[in-house]
Amino acid sequence: MIAWMSWTLPVAIFFAVIAAILLVMTVYEVISPCTERKGFLPIATTRGDRLFIGLLMAAYIHLLFLGLSELSLWIALAISVVWLAILLRWG
Amino acid sequence: MNKVTNNKAWWLVLPVFILVAFSALIPLMTVVNYSVQDIFGPNNAYFVGTDWFREVLRDDRLQDSLIRQFVFSGAVLLIQIPLGIGVALMMPTSGKKASLCLILLAIPLLIPWNVVGTIWQIFGRGDIGLFGWGLNELGMDYNYTASTADAWATVLLMDVWHWTPLVALLCYSGLRAIPEAFYQAAEIDRASKWAVFRYIQLPRLKSVLVIAVLLRFMDSFMIYTEPFVLTGGGPGSSTTFLSQTLTTMAIGQFDIGRAAAFSLIYFLIVLLVSWLFFTAITHLDKQK
Repeated sequence: MIAWMSWTLPVAIFFAVIAAILLVMTVYEVISPCTERKGFLPIATTRGDRLFIGLLMAAYIHLLFLGLSELSLWIALAISVVWLAILLRWG
Repeated sequence: MNKVTNNKAWWLVLPVFILVAFSALIPLMTVVNYSVQDIFGPNNAYFVGTDWFREVLRDDRLQDSLIRQFVFSGAVLLIQIPLGIGVALMMPTSGKKASLCLILLAIPLLIPWNVVGTIWQIFGRGDIGLFGWGLNELGMDYNYTASTADAWATVLLMDVWHWTPLVALLCYSGLRAIPEAFYQAAEIDRASKWAVFRYIQLPRLKSVLVIAVLLRFMDSFMIYTEPFVLTGGGPGSSTTFLSQTLTTMAIGQFDIGRAAAFSLIYFLIVLLVSWLFFTAITHLDKQK
């Protein structure tokens, strides 16, 4: 399966994680529907908005690390995960 | 009375979902997959991790064309949006004249991109083109194949000619949707023309302007055919925009991995800017 179209394991893991996040968020939404609220972000957001903002910012954090430093991307990943959690909780 | 909730209707969305998966999601996943590999041919690919991204982000040529692209899109928006609003305001509101104006305005929109490029390429020539010849006769040293400023001016003028009608048509439809009562109230208040524009027409145009700005930004940010036909990206690389750099890389040099990494960055930029525009404008609405 993975050899088809020369898929690679890291990419498969990447998309599996994204799919898992979406799935968990869907189930979470069904169990307890969220309402729009205002946190530290300048706009009122729903949970899905915050996830989108967090993922987009995570992508940019990784690109910044790649473009401007030689540091390991694991650091970027850690920062992104922490930032995503903060954003989802208080954003 | 109990409201019946039936979520089975969600299954009706399934065909769309499958279609989108095949037309958008899987190709995007493929690009992500290619961006982490160095591909020489079928069954001959090597995993290189994030090397392509690192290289692409530090490539001077790409940074230059990114800056050019932002300058171009900014200029396009700054010129076309006010101009489009102006044209829409000056158009007749009804009758045969209105229909005639609409048809005339729509003509540039119907012309295919490469034809627009060819039209302007000939139009701008110094020997046989009306525009180029005219400017030269007036004593201006105009030559879009040799001068960067002339090439930029011509590419911008071409885009303004091609796409301002879209903005104008959108604004025109927005203006026609304003109820007459608003104007009557303004007249009773003896509002000036400027006040009518500022407090009635502009706020009511906001939703169409959102669409106009988004469409114009995305289209101009992804522009390829017209400058490619008109100037070929030259003189030098002064009008080589992002798409052309990308195409040269992917098809000209067959650097699939590098081009894939680059297109993902390109995609992220378009996504971010479009989202910012959209959020800024929709949330301005909510605050009122």
